[in-house]
Amino acid sequence: MNREKDYEVVIGLEVHAELATSSKIFCSCSTEFGGLPNTHCCPGCIGMPGTLPVLNKNVVEFAIRAGLATNCEISGFTKMDRKNYFYPDLPRAYQISQYDIPICKDGFIEIEINGVKKKIRIARIHIEEDAGKLVHDQWSTGSLVDYNRSGVPLIEIVTYPDMNSAEEARLFLEGLKAILQYTGVSDCKMQEGSLRADVNISVKPKSQEELGVRTEMKNLNSFRAIIRAIEAESRRQIEELESGGKIYRETRRWDDEKGVSFSMRSKEEAQDYRYFPESDIPPVIIDSEWVEEIRKSLPELPETRKRRYMEEYGLPAYDAEIITSSKALSDFFEETVKNGANAKTASNWIMGELLRLLKEKGVEDDSIPFPPVHLAKLIDIIEKGIITGTIAKKVFDNMFDSGKDPVAIVDEQGLKVVADTGTLLPVVKKVIENNPGSVADYKAGKTKALGFLMGQAMRETKGKADPKLINQLFIEELEKL
Amino acid sequence: MKLHELDISQLSGLIGRKEISVPELTRSVLDRISEIEHKLGSYISIDEERALVRASEVQEKIDKGEIKSPLAGIPMAVKDNICTRDMTTTCASRMLDKFIPPFDATVISKLNENGAILLGKLNMDEFAMGSTSFYSYFKKTKNPWNSINTPEVLCEGTPVSVAAGEAVYALGSDTGGSIRQSASMCGVVGLKPTYGLVSRHGLVACASSFDQIGPVTRNVRDCTLVLNAISGKDHMDSTSTGTSIDDYSKFLGKEIKELRIGIPGEFINNKGLLEEGIGKVFQDAVNTLSGTGIHFEEFSFPLMEYVLPVYCIISYGEISSSMARYDGIKFGYRAESCEDLIDLYKKTRGEGFGPEVKRRVILGTYFLSAKQYEKYYKKALKLRRAITDELEKALEKYDVIIGPVLPVTASTFTEHAGNPAMANEYDAFTCIANLTGLPAMSIPCGRDAMGYPAGLQLFGRRFREDILLKVAYAFEQNLGEVK
Repeated sequence: MNREKDYEVVIGLEVHAELATSSKIFCSCSTEFGGLPNTHCCPGCIGMPGTLPVLNKNVVEFAIRAGLATNCEISGFTKMDRKNYFYPDLPRAYQISQYDIPICKDGFIEIEINGVKKKIRIARIHIEEDAGKLVHDQWSTGSLVDYNRSGVPLIEIVTYPDMNSAEEARLFLEGLKAILQYTGVSDCKMQEGSLRADVNISVKPKSQEELGVRTEMKNLNSFRAIIRAIEAESRRQIEELESGGKIYRETRRWDDEKGVSFSMRSKEEAQDYRYFPESDIPPVIIDSEWVEEIRKSLPELPETRKRRYMEEYGLPAYDAEIITSSKALSDFFEETVKNGANAKTASNWIMGELLRLLKEKGVEDDSIPFPPVHLAKLIDIIEKGIITGTIAKKVFDNMFDSGKDPVAIVDEQGLKVVADTGTLLPVVKKVIENNPGSVADYKAGKTKALGFLMGQAMRETKGKADPKLINQLFIEELEKL
Repeated sequence: MKLHELDISQLSGLIGRKEISVPELTRSVLDRISEIEHKLGSYISIDEERALVRASEVQEKIDKGEIKSPLAGIPMAVKDNICTRDMTTTCASRMLDKFIPPFDATVISKLNENGAILLGKLNMDEFAMGSTSFYSYFKKTKNPWNSINTPEVLCEGTPVSVAAGEAVYALGSDTGGSIRQSASMCGVVGLKPTYGLVSRHGLVACASSFDQIGPVTRNVRDCTLVLNAISGKDHMDSTSTGTSIDDYSKFLGKEIKELRIGIPGEFINNKGLLEEGIGKVFQDAVNTLSGTGIHFEEFSFPLMEYVLPVYCIISYGEISSSMARYDGIKFGYRAESCEDLIDLYKKTRGEGFGPEVKRRVILGTYFLSAKQYEKYYKKALKLRRAITDELEKALEKYDVIIGPVLPVTASTFTEHAGNPAMANEYDAFTCIANLTGLPAMSIPCGRDAMGYPAGLQLFGRRFREDILLKVAYAFEQNLGEVK
């Protein structure tokens, strides 16, 4: 029996974002991703005895930026705390984090679902350090630890349980990712682990006021995994309840390959992190002047940009939403327009061909393999009638693969429009000769047949024929018959 | 007078007038070490060769006029929890018995700039948890005042090396009283500066919000000279703070009769805690000083009864966390033949730590646990604030507060070193300074019935080591050195 519709799913998120600062949170080591194991390390970030953490001021500023951009209140007084647990990737066996006084609290992000706006409240944003990474190599039986990531600054964004579907969670995350990218707080590269989410899920009968027992899902490394995990977990919980079972407060690990989650540990076995104030770092006093300075320096945020695209460029809400959801895409669009392209046309190319190719070839939108000025040039030569729309798509594909200037591609491959009657007339005559059936249809008043004949001529000229001229020639020639 | 009996100022004068060379002086202190170290056991490691090479280098720099510091060419030693590049820093623990830091503590860099000659690393209780060396993994250090007629008294290596002439001065660390307690028992001067005056960068953490590095010297003047060199803001320690005072020695010899000096009644009237013999030594010293026209006033410090529990709860909590990194994964001791990760942790920590470290880690873990946090730690943090406020308020009225350093004699202290229930109590007078962050020092004030030295403790205002040292110097002049 499926009674999913009688239940409400309740979702809260804990999102970790790596900050885009160039150095680590408590030392001056590089935060760059990759690098040979244990090369971005110093005595400090491997927790050597005698070393002390010194808080990177940029980390505080980045966190404030994230807080302001998500409508949070910024704490005038904040402090760091120790979270104690043993694991080989945690060099001091305690993580320096924030416990009871996070740097930002009480914010929200607005999402739009089925045309209705909804506020997803943010309970808190706090600063903490990342841990290292265990490496299991094939040559030894044991595990190795790479501390390059140890001490990379993170913010953790914790929402209230305000989302009621996987789609809402996705919209929230898309919105958050865009904000963090716009403000330069994080590059949000999920494949590099710089944006990670844990999901708290519970279900309850719609008629019930109080929330159900929640489970926490860990190891969610892509939006797709998050959506699938939410769907699977809410189904599991409903089925469990429907069959008379009980939901236990537990942490579950999502296996994206198998599409199922496994219990990791129950609340009873939950770790006691023994939080207490970090005495090596004095409390941080944040004066309101500094906050105002940061507020003033915030760039245009996705929501504002979206509205501007709709008002200034007349883009449809859907297009504006998609383009502004990614800072990289949106910046690409703006640059294209700045280089003279018509905004709507540029948007069409981005929404159509560009997104298609990015998806097909698995390229991230911050790594578009050609500059915006190339798209502007392409649009320009189309508008000037130098190439046809059909050819333009080919040139675009070529631009994407080779990174070459579209004008150069057109020149090299001789793709310019053929617009002289001397060349096109014999083609038109040949098509008429070879397609008596269509000609007869045309003569019988089926104007659609003209389209077919034109298509044939286009094929003959490999798409280069000037459509207006060829249309005119057909009409003239067919009249003569 | 033998070279090893002279103080920094005297030796610096001899070097300046070229009456002795730095290598000669260094050699003579090393000889003194060879002569008596087997009886005392102050050092965990001694690096003769390095010291002599360094002595020649420093002599050259002095000759060229490149170093002007009074510490230039003076042989010294540091407690073995202060990181020294390329020299073992063991914290007297099996856990770190082979640990060689790749960096110098800030205090070491500063002393190097001043031309100090580092002889070696001094014995201590494991990870600085105690003042007797009873819990050292390596050995027990004997008090140089031991004689055949008295029960053996143990001490940290830091003051012993200074008292016995094995170093002209030394750096110690003080989390609950180590510097002052051991200085008191050896008849030397020990200062725990205001929290933040001296960088902790390179001091292996015991309890971070209590730890301070400080000088142990033959007299108050030497103390000011060492403090001049090691104090100051350090970008490697964000809890360090600079002050505008650049030379503490210039306050010495100033008149102090107009100053108000307070004695907490809770120190001297607590018959349950204060041993009679010690009470007498302290009272005699006060009487002597009063005779010279210095005014003392008893005052009440009601929160005194909470000092010890608050100190234990917070410092043990911090200790449980700062000891956590010794897990066998990255550095230090690792147990062999372990079944899995948990087994590795258990065996490494079980075998690598001694009993006092384990005791504090276990208690600290308990105090911090979610179920107990509100009951213990949170309350203790509030009381720490209240105790600090109360003492700072008293220090608005008094320029300096004084009392005994230890409530018991050196021999009682040693007798109970291995008995935590008793030993804990003996930190009552000293840990106040660590709890509040205020500066405090011990100067010799007499000897107990068995002939062991006992110190007088002075507490000062935050970052007002100038007043504290001025008073200590005046007291020293009137009480005389312990001979």
